Amino acid sequence: MSRPSAALVAGAAVAVLTLIPLGYIVWATVEMGPGELHDLLIRPRVGELLGNTVTLLVGTVVATTVIGVAAAFVVVRTDVPFRPLWHVLLAAPLAVPAFVNSYGWVSLTHAVQSYQGAVLVVTLSYYPLVYLPVVAALMGLEAAPEDVARSLGRSSWRTFWTVVLPRLSPAVLGGALLVGLHVLAEFGALQLLAFPTFTTAIYGQYRSAFAGDAGTVLAGVLVTLCVLLLTLELLARGRRRYARVGRGAGHPAERIVLGRRAPAVLLALLGFVTLTLGVPLASLAHWLAVGSSTEFPMGELSSALGSTVALALAGTAVTTLLALPVAWLAVRRRGPAAMLVERGTYVANALPGIVVALALVAVSIRAVPPLYQTLPLLLVAYAILFLPRAVVSVKASLENAPPLLDDVSRSLGQSAWSTFRRVTLPLVAPGIGSGAALVFLAISTELTGTLLLAPIGTTTLATEFWNNSSSVQYGAAAPYALLLILVSIPATFLLARQATRKPTVAEPVVLAA
Amino acid sequence: MTARRLGAVLAALLTLTTLSACGGDDGPEVVVYNAQHEELIAAVAKAFEKKTGVDVKLRNGSDLELANQLVTEGDRSPADVFLTENSPAMSLVDAAGLFEPLDQSTLANIPDQFRPDNGHWTGFAARSTVMVYNTSMVKPADLPTSLLDVAKPEWKGKISFSPTGADFQAIVSAVLALKGEQATRDWLKGLKANGTVYDGNNVVLESVNSGQTAAGIIYHYYWYRDQEEAGDNSDNTKLHFFGEKDPGAFLSTSGAGVLAGGDHQKDAREFVKYLTSAEGQKIIADSYALEYTLNPDVPLTRGVKPLSELDPPDVDISSLNSKRTVELLQDAGFL
Repeated sequence: MSRPSAALVAGAAVAVLTLIPLGYIVWATVEMGPGELHDLLIRPRVGELLGNTVTLLVGTVVATTVIGVAAAFVVVRTDVPFRPLWHVLLAAPLAVPAFVNSYGWVSLTHAVQSYQGAVLVVTLSYYPLVYLPVVAALMGLEAAPEDVARSLGRSSWRTFWTVVLPRLSPAVLGGALLVGLHVLAEFGALQLLAFPTFTTAIYGQYRSAFAGDAGTVLAGVLVTLCVLLLTLELLARGRRRYARVGRGAGHPAERIVLGRRAPAVLLALLGFVTLTLGVPLASLAHWLAVGSSTEFPMGELSSALGSTVALALAGTAVTTLLALPVAWLAVRRRGPAAMLVERGTYVANALPGIVVALALVAVSIRAVPPLYQTLPLLLVAYAILFLPRAVVSVKASLENAPPLLDDVSRSLGQSAWSTFRRVTLPLVAPGIGSGAALVFLAISTELTGTLLLAPIGTTTLATEFWNNSSSVQYGAAAPYALLLILVSIPATFLLARQATRKPTVAEPVVLAA
Repeated sequence: MTARRLGAVLAALLTLTTLSACGGDDGPEVVVYNAQHEELIAAVAKAFEKKTGVDVKLRNGSDLELANQLVTEGDRSPADVFLTENSPAMSLVDAAGLFEPLDQSTLANIPDQFRPDNGHWTGFAARSTVMVYNTSMVKPADLPTSLLDVAKPEWKGKISFSPTGADFQAIVSAVLALKGEQATRDWLKGLKANGTVYDGNNVVLESVNSGQTAAGIIYHYYWYRDQEEAGDNSDNTKLHFFGEKDPGAFLSTSGAGVLAGGDHQKDAREFVKYLTSAEGQKIIADSYALEYTLNPDVPLTRGVKPLSELDPPDVDISSLNSKRTVELLQDAGFL
């Protein structure tokens, strides 16, 4: 069997897995019948939720993009003092789960329980998803096109807009897409922020005894929003290809000398980091110090820690493996089939955990009863939930790996597999690493899927944090939140370091528009 | 090379986690889907294990997750027992026909207002609806005599509550059962106009304590537990119990039932019996939970207003949270 068809078969298999939740939603919608469907969807409350969800989506995607690009620019392109430190601090919010961040803010001020507050807190949690890929892309840019633009009389600002930004667009778009999908599916943080969206409303429907089907059907609206988002990103991305062979004689761009502006920039960075890290960490410290239920049950803490790390590592391995054929198809075999496979994997990412988990319950208990509530099934569930995080990263690095090198390898008599292993894989390894780190962070904080599908008796840091904080034992919850943050530090550090690595062979340049 | 190493690591991890999850003993066991607070039920389970030698395996989650999971699983469910925080989740599973009737000796442990007539499940703990108010914003003389009063214009902008929770839906069901549909519609309309909506009782408590809103509707134990914790979210507040059979004095019941499809029927029945017995109830009364015990032999004390003084309304527990309640909430724009 030749490689393309093998990849297509693998990719299609992955796509079928990830479309299970969609199938479940379609089934529930068809079951409901047109009359009830109309009554459920066409009413003022749905309009209100739609408005909230869309405005939150737009607000956070714009804010994370602006902040992510600006922060990356300061770190990579200026001589701001302590650059490596700032880089790590700017990536660090990834290690703080959004619901922990949200709790910190709400205990500080109720002003965040509003649209502006929701945009603020969600942005502070998710902007690193834009920041990191943009740093990586900026590091890889060579300066020649910018030199040319400026020598032809363009101002620095116009050069940034017309020469730098377009070459950053795959990174910006990939990051913004991830942010958008997360906002659609976010529950814990928005619940605390008292900002109702489709996802929080869907949980509300499931909580009311006779409205479970209504929850599933409402999730269909989220699918529609997700498809819109995916289409928009696709349109914005266009048909450009970015790979080139060889580093040539290029040189990195000169850093902008801040001079007298340095104190202002430093102050802005300090203020920003106080918002992103200071607030949640201070609230955690407060609860560790004052809560009477604060205790450190070493046995329970270490067993939750152990299973969290083991599940996250195993889930990451499975998810990353499944992402490879999807990313490969999307970049190397562009076309309707490959696009459907790739875009299909994003749908589950925009859905509330409860919908995905119930879909998997419904399908697996009937299709593969012996596997129900076993480890392999849980790992597949993680893959379905978080595949896009890996696909986006692997795709970005594949886009910068020239197919020409594969052709050369094949023409020199290497087999397809050997070419993949010896040529393609080393080129995309950094992307695989970043994707894996992102998946690890997501799995270690995952809640609903773990509750419903893990082997019975499994406790993780996230399930224990949630158990304790929902029974108002914030003191007892705090050690779990602290461990969650500690567990996330290595992956966050890996992501920060990966983003500043020099590209090995290829660097992005627009070859054809 | 890389792939092979990855595979080896993965295999090792799989073996490790599978082993640790299985535990490897083949003695008698009961699988409990537990939506009550984990710490509380774990304490009861441990005592039951010690007494009977039956291994209790807990799957913890919330009412909404586990009830929907049970209904989705249907008769293939691995669960033997279902425990909830509030009774509507029990009604949901009962409506799907998944419960096996309980033994008469178990039902006899609990007064009949805390269980449905069909005997398919029983209450084992309860929480009282209360109003929490900020002492610097509301004078005791201005407190409402009925929960229905907070929909009146003088409470505009002063009241907060959490309408998406099963907790609040149970309260609305009680209003519906006691006052009829039109009164409930009017009340919800007034609440929508007057109230601030938060997601979660703990958020309501916190917002009243910080003066964000003057008063809120919650369950009693949120306040008592916060007082035992550090008082951070409740020191500026007091509780107002409605009493006098007002809908605002509604008691919501945590339920226990045995699933018909379970593989360990006998031990499952024993577990629910133990949970409602004096021995099991004492564990609940002595725990951090501060929820009311329902076996009359073991009342909750510890500074919480006694169950016997609450004077709750008479509501048929199996009629709660009907489809009608959800429709009313949807019409009012709360869901």
